[in-house]
Amino acid sequence: MTAPATTALIPAKQRPGDRIFSGSALVAGSLILAVLAAVAAFLVLQSVPAVTTDPEDISILRGENLLEYVWPLVFGTLWSATIALILAVPVAIGIALFISHYAPRRLAQGLGYVIDLLAAVPSVVFGLWGGNVLAPAVQPFYTWLEQNFGWFPLFAGPASGTGRTILTASVVLAVMILPIITAICREVFLQTPVLHEEAALALGATRWEMIRMAVLPFGRAGIVSAAMLGLGRALGETMAVAMVLSASGGVTFNLISSSNPSTIAANIALSFPEAYGVNVNVLIATGLILFAITLLVNTIARIVVNRRKDFSGAN
Amino acid sequence: MSQLTAPPKTDAPAGAMPNSYATGRLPRFVPWTILGGSFIIMIAVFALFASADPEGGFNAPGTVFLSVVLYGIVIYFVARMIEGPRRAKDRLVTTLVTLAFVIALLPLVSLLSTVVLNGTARLDVTFFTNSMRNVVGEGGGALHAITGTLLMTGAAAIISIPIGLLTSIYLVEYGRGRLAQAITFFVDVMTGIPSIVAGLFAYTLFVIIFGPGIRLGIAGAIALAVLMIPVVVRSSEEMLRLVPNELREAAFALGVPKWLVVLKVVLPTSIAGLTTGIMLSISRVIGETAPLLVAAGYTNNMNYDLLEGRMQSLPVFVYSSYVSQGTEAQAYLDRAWTGALTLILIVMALNLLARFIARAFSPKLSR
Repeated sequence: MTAPATTALIPAKQRPGDRIFSGSALVAGSLILAVLAAVAAFLVLQSVPAVTTDPEDISILRGENLLEYVWPLVFGTLWSATIALILAVPVAIGIALFISHYAPRRLAQGLGYVIDLLAAVPSVVFGLWGGNVLAPAVQPFYTWLEQNFGWFPLFAGPASGTGRTILTASVVLAVMILPIITAICREVFLQTPVLHEEAALALGATRWEMIRMAVLPFGRAGIVSAAMLGLGRALGETMAVAMVLSASGGVTFNLISSSNPSTIAANIALSFPEAYGVNVNVLIATGLILFAITLLVNTIARIVVNRRKDFSGAN
Repeated sequence: MSQLTAPPKTDAPAGAMPNSYATGRLPRFVPWTILGGSFIIMIAVFALFASADPEGGFNAPGTVFLSVVLYGIVIYFVARMIEGPRRAKDRLVTTLVTLAFVIALLPLVSLLSTVVLNGTARLDVTFFTNSMRNVVGEGGGALHAITGTLLMTGAAAIISIPIGLLTSIYLVEYGRGRLAQAITFFVDVMTGIPSIVAGLFAYTLFVIIFGPGIRLGIAGAIALAVLMIPVVVRSSEEMLRLVPNELREAAFALGVPKWLVVLKVVLPTSIAGLTTGIMLSISRVIGETAPLLVAAGYTNNMNYDLLEGRMQSLPVFVYSSYVSQGTEAQAYLDRAWTGALTLILIVMALNLLARFIARAFSPKLSR
């Protein structure tokens, strides 16, 4: 894995080939840090005009100031990603358990590939499917929810006639982040010490009791970080939301009505092609905010993962 | 052994049991019988619904889903009566876990079947030989988009494969201390960059050089490269770490310089794994839409030049035909579905090829 320890004691002869090779490897490594710094720097640089220009002169803001424009988008981003996470995590844990502990050994790997197939589907195809197939399919269900659970604030209605609500977008997001959460949970569950599992079974535990006592406590950190990585993916997902959601702006917790908050990424994708002048800078500034949010989420996830170093290869 | 029938109707075991180890356990065929019974009931129920409302048609996903739910309820109570609450809970969780898998399969099956059904409508020669230039209604094709996708993804691969490979070599063979730690950490962070932010970055990069409003194929390629580099680094790093240390030590003992050890021993040993990782990373960026929409724009014309003018790509083609449907909406939708089908086929082909390479050419490690 590492060079022999003797190189530290007796310095090896430095040939030109060695120097060129290790030098270029070093440059490539540093280049990654430079790219990440450049992403942050350029976005900040291009965001400056959005803050310094008078809000009255920026057509996309429609008379509001920048914060009033960004806040509903930030809310929509967090809200849709949270719903997606709530929908996806239990299912993902179930699938991971199914593949690691329930499915017959011979089938397990094949079933894992099937879930990986979901990860291979491009996001634009998910958007197409969500807008054309899923939204019309769930619309009657929303009407039913409004009629029977209208007293509950989340389902207050009036139900959207097209089904293109934030709940539909979140379902599509949940399907998209399912593979990544499943993959990490599966790796973690498979790493449970077999002796722990066998000890639990030997004491007379049923399979579920064994999982609750041996597998889940061992994998808790892995589940948390998997959920965080899934959250990061859901926050930044663009096309599925842009193609499924019919956004009207504003802040609302209502899941099934036709007035929905947009998300930062979807708003950029929808507005960018027609944007001009300072409007572009406003959109870049929202992109910077999205970058900051995902960076924060991913960093926390990585710190949790790195605390249990064994799981770091699981992605 | 007492006879059990599908619904929760159970007879108490009568008389002496022949096998004391089997007492208090459901016979093996009971869960399957209940599962079959609940399927039959649900198919009957949904068939009634379908006959009552001929326009609705038969709801297959609902049938599968509710059958499994019904099975879970029935098996829980049957098991609770015969096997006791602990085993009943175990059976319930087994059902729930299986249900989770079925839930994940429903969107996958629905998505693939709709894409294949709708996509075959325009899967003809015109689609692969024509561009959209001067096409208003029906007809037209995606040749310009396929060309653009191949050019931009190719350019992104040319940029990111050397950088990614060299970085992973640095991390595995040379990297020590703070810098290596920082690179590892930030590569992980970079995997989480939202794709649209990568697109904005590439756009701002070229705006600073050429002025506002610029859309170039090469900008799209750079955006894709930003997304691709961390994936290449992660997968190659893992592959290089799999190379046994004894091989390196043997080469060092023969007096081979370090750079030749890496070039002639480490890389050839892991070449299958590296190829697989790189192909998987290509298959991941080839379906990216948002960064190309922002950085490369869209056009109806053929463009072979990465350095000049807007460039269409297959994902953006699907998106723009879906969003801006012209007067003949169905023609645009058909093209979008066929584009989606083509995209999925390309990604699947890359994935399968990568797995095949990994299986066929990887050195047999004793693990």
